[in-house]
Amino acid sequence: MATPYLLNVVAPAGEVFSGEVEFTVVPGVEGELGILARHAPLIAGLGVGILRYTREGRVEKISIGGGFVEMADNKATVLAKTAETASMIDRGRAEAAKERAEQRLHQKGENIDLLRAEAALKRAISRLQTLNK
Amino acid sequence: MAGVRDIRRRIRSVANMQQITKAMKMVAASKLRRAQEKVIASRPYAERLQAMLARLVASGGDLSHPLLDKRPVKNIGYVLVSSDKGLCGGFNANLIRVAREELAAEDGAARSLIVVGQKGLEFFRRRSVDIRAQFTGMGDSPDFASARRIAAQVTEFYKNGALDEVYVIYAAFVSVLNQTPTVVKLLPVEPAAESGAGEYIIEPSPAVMLDLLLPGYIESRLFNALLESKASELGAKMTAMDSATENAKEMIDKLTLAMNRARQAAITTEITEIVGGAAALE
Repeated sequence: MATPYLLNVVAPAGEVFSGEVEFTVVPGVEGELGILARHAPLIAGLGVGILRYTREGRVEKISIGGGFVEMADNKATVLAKTAETASMIDRGRAEAAKERAEQRLHQKGENIDLLRAEAALKRAISRLQTLNK
Repeated sequence: MAGVRDIRRRIRSVANMQQITKAMKMVAASKLRRAQEKVIASRPYAERLQAMLARLVASGGDLSHPLLDKRPVKNIGYVLVSSDKGLCGGFNANLIRVAREELAAEDGAARSLIVVGQKGLEFFRRRSVDIRAQFTGMGDSPDFASARRIAAQVTEFYKNGALDEVYVIYAAFVSVLNQTPTVVKLLPVEPAAESGAGEYIIEPSPAVMLDLLLPGYIESRLFNALLESKASELGAKMTAMDSATENAKEMIDKLTLAMNRARQAAITTEITEIVGGAAALE
């Protein structure tokens, strides 16, 4: 078993997760990043996606709405703009948000903020994926 | 001297008011506890973001970013975080006083306001102050999205050159009895100097990281100011309503005394009259 290290996931409204983990995969802006214990000091930007961590052999997921990760002194800190564990996500709301975003993307009107709709869609999808095992 | 009936009516109306202030005090107290928890919960994010920014700047070498740029200061903006509702003692008055002092400073730079909260808006709208933007209706628990909206607006002003420096005026929550109006610089961002930062792998690149971190930093600063001001407002409200309840109690005591005296006097007059009448008959 891999050596455990400390992982903190912090959102603006408060700490979402704090504990010893063996392995973490974060959704970096340029692809997923895997972090094991004693990783070299790192600062990276995170996109919208799913953070997965392995704790005592079990994989858990947290939906992340963009943010940053820092690894230093064998401690990983994830600062996420939004962070939700499966138990914090409302499936109905996420599905409704997904539909809304898809509709907006299909309309292709003049006054639509495509980037925002796309980001909303990504967030909704990542929330739904967090729920599905 | 007021009649017994008039005094009794006043006592009743004061007692009603006392009930209201007492209820408001209790509501403020329970909201305050939640607001306080939120302030505390928001601190780790703000602190760590600040630390990360400092380390990034310390390790990154050559870093330049529009939000770090110092320009000659011609236009200064103040984000004033006041409350939407009144009945919270000197809370808004204190913030407005500080804002007026800042606005009155004369060093050649033009000054304008970005007002959060109905009370600040009401005050400055009638005066010859340049209000660039206003945000009201934050509710009892400001969310991060509100902070993001304000941050986007402020950053826009800064980027297009309308403002060269931005400060936030808010009430720092020290304790329930102590809220200190505070002015902090928001833009340009001045990262704390951090020495001895190790070699970091920075992905994608320091410049892109700054692009991601700086807006987040501004949002988190504003979010913190919103939460602190809200907790301070509720603290001030609780104290104000407590003393209002206390004052009502004192007033009721005084009026009760006056009422008893008036009643006593009326009885005495009546007896004197009866005795006088009886004496006249003999």
